Amino acid sequence: MNETTAIADPCNIVVSGVGGQGNVLASRLIGRAMVKFDYHVSIGETYGASQRGGTVMSHVRFSSKHAYGPLIPLGRANTVIGLEPMETLRILRDYGNPDVSVIVNTRPITPVSVNLGEGDYPEPDDLRDAIRQLSKKAWLIPATEIALEIGTPVVANVVLLGTLVGAGLIPITPDGFEQVLRNNVPERRLERNLVAFSRGLEAVQTHAA
Amino acid sequence: MVSLASSPAGTTELLLGNEAIARGALEAGVKVAAAYPGTPSSEIIETLARLAKESGIYVEWSVNEKVAAEVASAGALAGIRSLIAMKHEGLNVALDFLAHLNLGNRVNAGFVVIVADDPQAWSSASENDSRHIPPMIHAPLLEPNSPQQAKDMMQWAFDLSEELGMFVMIRSCTRLGHGTGRVVMGEMPETEAHPRVEINAPVRALTAPMRHLEALDKLERAKEAFEDSPWNVYEGPDEPELLLVCTGPSALYAQEAVEMLDVEETVGILSLGTTYPLPTRLIEHHISNARRTMVLEEVDPFVEDQIKKFAADRNLPPYEEPVYGKGTGHISPAGELNPDEVAKGIGRVLRAERLPAQDEGYSRLANALVDERTVSRGLVWCPGCPHRGTLWSVKNALKLDGRDGFVTGDIGCYGMDAGFGGYGSTQAMASMGTGTGVASGLGKLSGFGFDQPVISIAGDSTFFHAVIPALVNATYNRSNFTLVVVDNSATAMTGFQPHAGVGMTAMGDGVPKVDIEKICRSLDIPVEVLDPFDLDDSQDVLLDFVQRTEGVRVAVMRRECFLTRPRDADPDYKITIDHDKCLGDSCGCNRYCTKTFKCPGLYADPKTGQGHVDEAVCVGCGLCTQICPEGAITKEAFA
Repeated sequence: MNETTAIADPCNIVVSGVGGQGNVLASRLIGRAMVKFDYHVSIGETYGASQRGGTVMSHVRFSSKHAYGPLIPLGRANTVIGLEPMETLRILRDYGNPDVSVIVNTRPITPVSVNLGEGDYPEPDDLRDAIRQLSKKAWLIPATEIALEIGTPVVANVVLLGTLVGAGLIPITPDGFEQVLRNNVPERRLERNLVAFSRGLEAVQTHAA
Repeated sequence: MVSLASSPAGTTELLLGNEAIARGALEAGVKVAAAYPGTPSSEIIETLARLAKESGIYVEWSVNEKVAAEVASAGALAGIRSLIAMKHEGLNVALDFLAHLNLGNRVNAGFVVIVADDPQAWSSASENDSRHIPPMIHAPLLEPNSPQQAKDMMQWAFDLSEELGMFVMIRSCTRLGHGTGRVVMGEMPETEAHPRVEINAPVRALTAPMRHLEALDKLERAKEAFEDSPWNVYEGPDEPELLLVCTGPSALYAQEAVEMLDVEETVGILSLGTTYPLPTRLIEHHISNARRTMVLEEVDPFVEDQIKKFAADRNLPPYEEPVYGKGTGHISPAGELNPDEVAKGIGRVLRAERLPAQDEGYSRLANALVDERTVSRGLVWCPGCPHRGTLWSVKNALKLDGRDGFVTGDIGCYGMDAGFGGYGSTQAMASMGTGTGVASGLGKLSGFGFDQPVISIAGDSTFFHAVIPALVNATYNRSNFTLVVVDNSATAMTGFQPHAGVGMTAMGDGVPKVDIEKICRSLDIPVEVLDPFDLDDSQDVLLDFVQRTEGVRVAVMRRECFLTRPRDADPDYKITIDHDKCLGDSCGCNRYCTKTFKCPGLYADPKTGQGHVDEAVCVGCGLCTQICPEGAITKEAFA
């Protein structure tokens, strides 16, 4: 019905970003979607102190064979979802490979080290170029800008989930994933999240690189 | 959504390991649960607290881990099942009580102690291995490997505890408690609680050595139960080239590493869920069938050392090779395990020619691009954080005083002052509340000529947890320092759990707040309550406090943690930087707002040095409008 075919088994997805960007929620929504189809889902998260402006990362894995551990081995991500472009580049170094698909929010978050004068944030074009070089296919999405149009930067994560589903990188139809949102997002915030999701779906066509 | 407590047997849920533990406890008929929050254990009690009323159980956030252990043990004393949960560092606090519990006869119903270690110290000050404690305090130890096993193990652990009349410890870790997996629900019991303490029981007159012998005898019975338990499962060839003895989630890493190395035919995996006392007959059986043995476990070679000891006593094979693991350097002795580290370790022992690795060309390119096009990202207080205001005023007060004053702090979010994103006033910190005890000592060094002012900083939850005894000590011994209590109305770092000063219990009942100021005033300590966002007022009062020369004085810096607001709440103010007033690098302020103040909501134009507001990060708290020497940063209230 709402299920399509997975691109790999186990399918390994890294969700990365900076504390506060909604990384954990994004990975749990993917997990909840996949557990509905009876996949063995494992998620590994790093949070706690790392919430405070540091790099955060979740590993989402699903397989029809058996439960895998909560950590993806180096170089074995099938998809990287990046809520922050520079952190996405770092994730690709560790978990990327020539076949990896990347969905990345192009909006930078300036690290405190840049404000302290200990380095410059890379030029946006250089970052895009590096991400393209390190991926088989990349979607460069202005997710924060889209989210701000919707009314709050916090739905940038769901914009990227729209692109993930639209690009066929997890085995569920857009209708199926909308149902996951309805079941897991509080009523008060549902409308914004549904709009964010559909904007992400549209971006599959307009922002493929 | 269906509540986790009413999800029927046989259904599948996607659960955090800690949620699975909570469900397992309910399935086992737990009636009392208590804890002080600590990552990565907090969600166990959070989940139980949420389900408490519908499940008819009692759950509390206690003031600290020792009190939590005492509170929960009351259930066991009165004959109803109870548990406590804590992080590894919390066990240090609870130890004074727990060390005695299994040497008496006060566990009359199942009592389970869950300790969550944090390998890699993702959210901790250390990555200590709490498994060294159970042998010292005579506690049987279990280590689940997955959320499903963690849930299933709870029932068994409660049964064992009840049968032995001693508490049983379960060791979790970050990747288990904060890992998420598919869990099939078990039956929920229908049990009633009738707590009663039997007062006619004969008084036990055993000497300490007799009780010690009794505890050792119980541990021997635990070992017998472990020999045939369902938690030790072997998969692999009958006579493996290499036996991997795995505890906790390392069994899953081993499974994947064996797949990656393509050595399924020759390598076997023993997932060991009972790790103290070791089921030696079972281990002997497996290592005698294997050519070599390696142990995979988080943090220290705890099981490895136990195997080595008994293998030497029993003169077991392999005779030519050691038992491999962390002790032999085949696995890194520090940091967290992962499938790659495990694969490398197996490869080293098997002397494999090829290890799983990233595509070489890709890896070279990626490393070059990362070196060229990234900068580091350190931790920093969130935009809107009240600690930024407090530590800013502390820094300025100490600077104005001019006598090299400093801060003794501890491990809340305010500890970030000592790091990259802070202001560097904090010179000493160790564990909860220790800043005040250390300040109490420093304040007595004046007899030796010590004249640097000392400010101790502690959070509101920390104040109740461990500061009060140090404060009484300082009052009694007439020490001299300033205590700053940063009161953000939550146990913020672990996820905003309520505490004694908040006015609400874990189960959501309203209660009178325990008043920090009143406690201090009862000791005749002068107290000022300040708003950390009023920088001028805070600085003036703190400077006055710092310059006093006798006794303790307390500043309560009160403002709610900004993260307690909904993430999509509208900001209070719109912040604007007037670029006619902001002079950038020609100002002489040396980029004061971005380089010195360091709020992540602000960034400097790399060419001109002018400050800018990042509207995707700024939460509109308005604190920065007080610091620009040119008054270029302004705020306008949202309608």
